[in-house]
Amino acid sequence: MNKVTGRIEEELRDPSTSPSSWTILWRELKKDKLALISLIFLGLTIVAVYGVSLVLDQKQIVRVDLFALYQPPSAEFWLGTDYGGRDVFGQLFIGTRNSLSIGIIVTLLTGTIGILVGLISGYFGGAADNLAMRVVDFFMILPTLMIVIAFVAAVPKYSIVSFSLIMTAFLWMGIARLIRSKALQEKELEYVKASRTLGSSHLKIMFTQVLPNLSSIIIVTMTLNLAANIGLESGLSFLGFGFPESTPSLGTLVSYARNPQTLEYRWWIWLPASLLILVLMLSINNVGQALKRATDARQRRG
Amino acid sequence: MWKTTLRRFLIMIPQIILLSILVFMMAKALPGDALSGLLDPSVDPSMIEAQREKLGLNNPWYVQYWDWITKAIQGDFGQSFRFKMPVTDLIGQRITNTIWLSLVTLIFTYLIAIPLGIISGRYNDTWGDRLITGYTYLGFAAPLFIFSLLMLWVFGFHLQAFPTEGSVTPGLVPGTLEYSFSKIYHILLPALSMALITTVSTVQYLRSEIIDTKQRDFILTARAKGASESRIYTHHILRNSLLPIAAFFGYEITGLIGGTVFVEYIFSYPGMGQLFLNSIMLRDFSVVTALVLLYGIASILGSLISDIILSIVDPRIRIK
Repeated sequence: MNKVTGRIEEELRDPSTSPSSWTILWRELKKDKLALISLIFLGLTIVAVYGVSLVLDQKQIVRVDLFALYQPPSAEFWLGTDYGGRDVFGQLFIGTRNSLSIGIIVTLLTGTIGILVGLISGYFGGAADNLAMRVVDFFMILPTLMIVIAFVAAVPKYSIVSFSLIMTAFLWMGIARLIRSKALQEKELEYVKASRTLGSSHLKIMFTQVLPNLSSIIIVTMTLNLAANIGLESGLSFLGFGFPESTPSLGTLVSYARNPQTLEYRWWIWLPASLLILVLMLSINNVGQALKRATDARQRRG
Repeated sequence: MWKTTLRRFLIMIPQIILLSILVFMMAKALPGDALSGLLDPSVDPSMIEAQREKLGLNNPWYVQYWDWITKAIQGDFGQSFRFKMPVTDLIGQRITNTIWLSLVTLIFTYLIAIPLGIISGRYNDTWGDRLITGYTYLGFAAPLFIFSLLMLWVFGFHLQAFPTEGSVTPGLVPGTLEYSFSKIYHILLPALSMALITTVSTVQYLRSEIIDTKQRDFILTARAKGASESRIYTHHILRNSLLPIAAFFGYEITGLIGGTVFVEYIFSYPGMGQLFLNSIMLRDFSVVTALVLLYGIASILGSLISDIILSIVDPRIRIK
């Protein structure tokens, strides 16, 4: 008898030890070496980026230095300098921090709105649910990218706060639809009816009984959304509609490649940031996919 | 089936009205109005006020909305603030370039997706399948703009195998064979960059669809009756799995629109996406408004077409 069947037998014998969703997620993650490496890489990146940017002086790094334009990598500037003589290596750290931060903020905001709308809509159903889902469908068809860009251009006092709010306003629909469909299935289950018969309020059932059962799906979706949001933010910054230039993001560094001279001859400015975005997105996606397998018992490896 | 089509068609009408209101609100929020492009700043303010009154800019918003939408239906989006020419003409110069780019991308998308999806689904868990699955992982995670930039850097600048900007070599006469070849040559790299990324979801869908279908009872029956492996695939599995994919092209339009903005910007390809970004940077907002409305309508029509085709090929999903 191997380890896995042994563990399953143990769980079957004693129902009180049925593993929590976190235990299953962690068990699945340990099985997938690539995802585990990705998770460790992400953890190290976060510690390094937030740690180093505490020490680094952002004003110092984004200050223009006309005597050091377009320096190739050297001992002083590990990844050279950009068209303003600014250290690319330092900008890489600050850029990663800014991109990660906005990704996390937008993911949490869209997650909260999406979960609330989806849960209420799916749990109560009826005409309001129907209308809400028609509106969600409509927004999901729209070419979000152009509308976000147009709104970014329209806002008079543009700041990081308004940027995250504009992104949030057009990105909460996907998670709302997902949570709604799950809540719709969940509310038909016996435990909801039993709880209702025992006199629990709808609010209590929704948030303390249905919501915890959706937690693993929420974790998976938010992880995959984080990657998508970082991608969208760096894309918008690349086009010039994300962070202002005084606040470098990974996309801002890549955007210098729009200058054909820089693209062809000065790889040190844009290539490290591009590869970093690629590796970050791959890592987050790897973790997300492993978690996704964990939530679907049929696809589990362990 | 006609009932479903009609119902789906009726859903589209409120969608388009909602879109037009959203775009109108956006246009009002953006700075500048129809007069910004026509007058120079030295004109007497009372004259401007008289002009505003005459053009109806002081009317309540619903009157303005009605004026704007009735003109837009007739193809009149006003004047470009910057280029002092009708917005419709400005868009007309660019629209064919973007349509060609999207069309070639769609062709590439299916040319890549169908063989890869079939190989991956038919021979799943072989090394070929693992290679293709690895590619879909990579393509799913990689942002389009990074991938396009790398493609331009490697194939455009280092290997110099493709042109790095524009839609045609300058100086060629339209209508000649050389001109057409040059146009195709300029489209290939941007279209391929976009297709290699967007095709990934279709490959994944086709793979799981084939794996799903090949375990069904009717395939078992066909095998038991002695049908050859190739006949099972062409007559039973692919007929089931390819039709939905063919119908997806309408849904792809929203993604293609977002994609062309990045790709046209990176490859300096003179299409609608580049016009959109330039107009925003030049604060030429009458063009921006018209483009957002057109893009929105294209997306809504795309999803309408896909829904109708899907309801024809798959009766289970007809709207009740």
